[in-house]
Amino acid sequence: MAVAVLEAGKRRRLAGSPWLLLAPSVVFMLALFGWPVVQALISAFTDESGFTLAAWDRLFGDPYFLKALRNTLLLIAIVVPVQLVLAVAMALLVQARPKFLSGHFYLWTIPLAVSELAAGLVWLSVFDSRGYLNSLLVSWGLSGTGVQWLSYTNTGTMLLAVVIAEIWRATSLVFVIVVAGIQMVPKDFDEAAQVFGASAWQRLWHVTLPQLKPSLQVALILRTILAMQAFAVAQALTGRDFPLLVGETYQWYVNLQNPAVASAAALVVLALSLVTALFYLRTMRQEAK
Amino acid sequence: MTTTLPPVDRAPLRRRRRRAIGVQIACVLVSLFMAVPMILIGLAAVSSPRALLEFPKPLVPSGFSADTLLAFVQATGTVPALGNSLLAGVYTMVLSLLVGAPAGYALARQVFRGNDAYQVFMLLARALPIVVLSVPLATMFLRFGVYDTVFSVTLLHTTLALPTTVLISASIFVSVPADVEEAARVFGCGRFEAARRVVFPLALPGLAASSIFTFVLSWNEILGAAVITLGHRTLPAQVLASLGEAPQAYRFAGGFALILPALVFILVMRRYLVNMWGTTLR
Repeated sequence: MAVAVLEAGKRRRLAGSPWLLLAPSVVFMLALFGWPVVQALISAFTDESGFTLAAWDRLFGDPYFLKALRNTLLLIAIVVPVQLVLAVAMALLVQARPKFLSGHFYLWTIPLAVSELAAGLVWLSVFDSRGYLNSLLVSWGLSGTGVQWLSYTNTGTMLLAVVIAEIWRATSLVFVIVVAGIQMVPKDFDEAAQVFGASAWQRLWHVTLPQLKPSLQVALILRTILAMQAFAVAQALTGRDFPLLVGETYQWYVNLQNPAVASAAALVVLALSLVTALFYLRTMRQEAK
Repeated sequence: MTTTLPPVDRAPLRRRRRRAIGVQIACVLVSLFMAVPMILIGLAAVSSPRALLEFPKPLVPSGFSADTLLAFVQATGTVPALGNSLLAGVYTMVLSLLVGAPAGYALARQVFRGNDAYQVFMLLARALPIVVLSVPLATMFLRFGVYDTVFSVTLLHTTLALPTTVLISASIFVSVPADVEEAARVFGCGRFEAARRVVFPLALPGLAASSIFTFVLSWNEILGAAVITLGHRTLPAQVLASLGEAPQAYRFAGGFALILPALVFILVMRRYLVNMWGTTLR
């Protein structure tokens, strides 16, 4: 008996270091992420003669950049809350066991595997000036020639098109995270609340949502950071007429052949993403305490 | 004297039925939102190039034709690019699970110094725009002679996917109660044995789900793949590169072609998910 306990203790100590399990990922990330980041930092702050802020001057002097910054933040502020609410609602619908559940579930998860570029192209067929939406409007007599949804003069409708495409594309991701989370919630809690006469709304607010907090946290962080990197949807729909931060980075690197400014723009995205992630982690953790 | 029965209260029943109908309508609405755009681009892709120019477009195209799709498939590089996309996706899935799941397990089960630092490091990695990574990585891959290969795309995509894999698998392992693991160890399993025989099977549905994200991440990723490769592009990178000079027909056919594998992939994975995710989804 005593020997067994001793042995168990020894085994725990031998296999106990978490760093054995963490090491592969750390090594991998240092080589393929740490090193390139250092390179990017160096190239954003130096030229042949040494330290310089020239790249940052050019970046902030570029009218496209400020527009891109505004558009990106606007996109996140609209898309992420809508997706979160929609995904929780969809997960609750699944919980209610509707008819044809597997068919609905299939349709709702397809966009998971649809590339950002494809999503942009899909909605291009709708919002194009000769696309399906305008065809509908014209044939119903609601509009004479249709609306120029994606024209650079209509910032509002461009934003709308990008927002709808993003919601269509990425809500599935939040939905799957939330469904996975909701499945882990024991049914007893909900039933107990029901027995004590809680309304559906009370049960959602006081029982289900608190249990979902870890999933919601992952979904929030992921989605905000991914929305920060949105690029191809806007690219496919509007080209450069609706600039986003990552799209600008791409412009500076590929078309304007300026890696230094591209790195600077990318570092802005990095900083924003970090602030968001830390903000979410902190608020969630404080609430949990 | 007769006792009159109180009237039957049908309100709860009615409420129940109304609720069921409401749920059904909501489901159909969401499904329409998801399906209609895909049907539309499908219609556009099977329209003849001439029918695409019509305005206003009828819902059923005036001329069906495989020309639009065929032109896309026969365009140089489309078929190999599809192969590259699939390979890179599968490799990325396997590699990031192999490296990421153990780390997620460690995060979930153990309190240790550097826990926060490690998580912040991983989040930092996730927050990094792929463009910054791509440029220095391209030079590094050139130096090691793996530039323009599916292998290099796999490495890049695993770098992207790993933080997500670690975070998600950590939250999956957290939800597997530590009690069952302790029980297994009480009954004589070693730490590794307990993890393999008790924890891993319980976490498998979640891990499968997280692998879907990984594959999709690789499948969706455009920028890095476009920068890292020239001759061995993934499909989205190939379409992006040809977008500039492409006519509208190529865009619609390309968009549709990018969706098709997604339909099949989710159809296959859905069965797996439905079986794995337990009783709710049958």
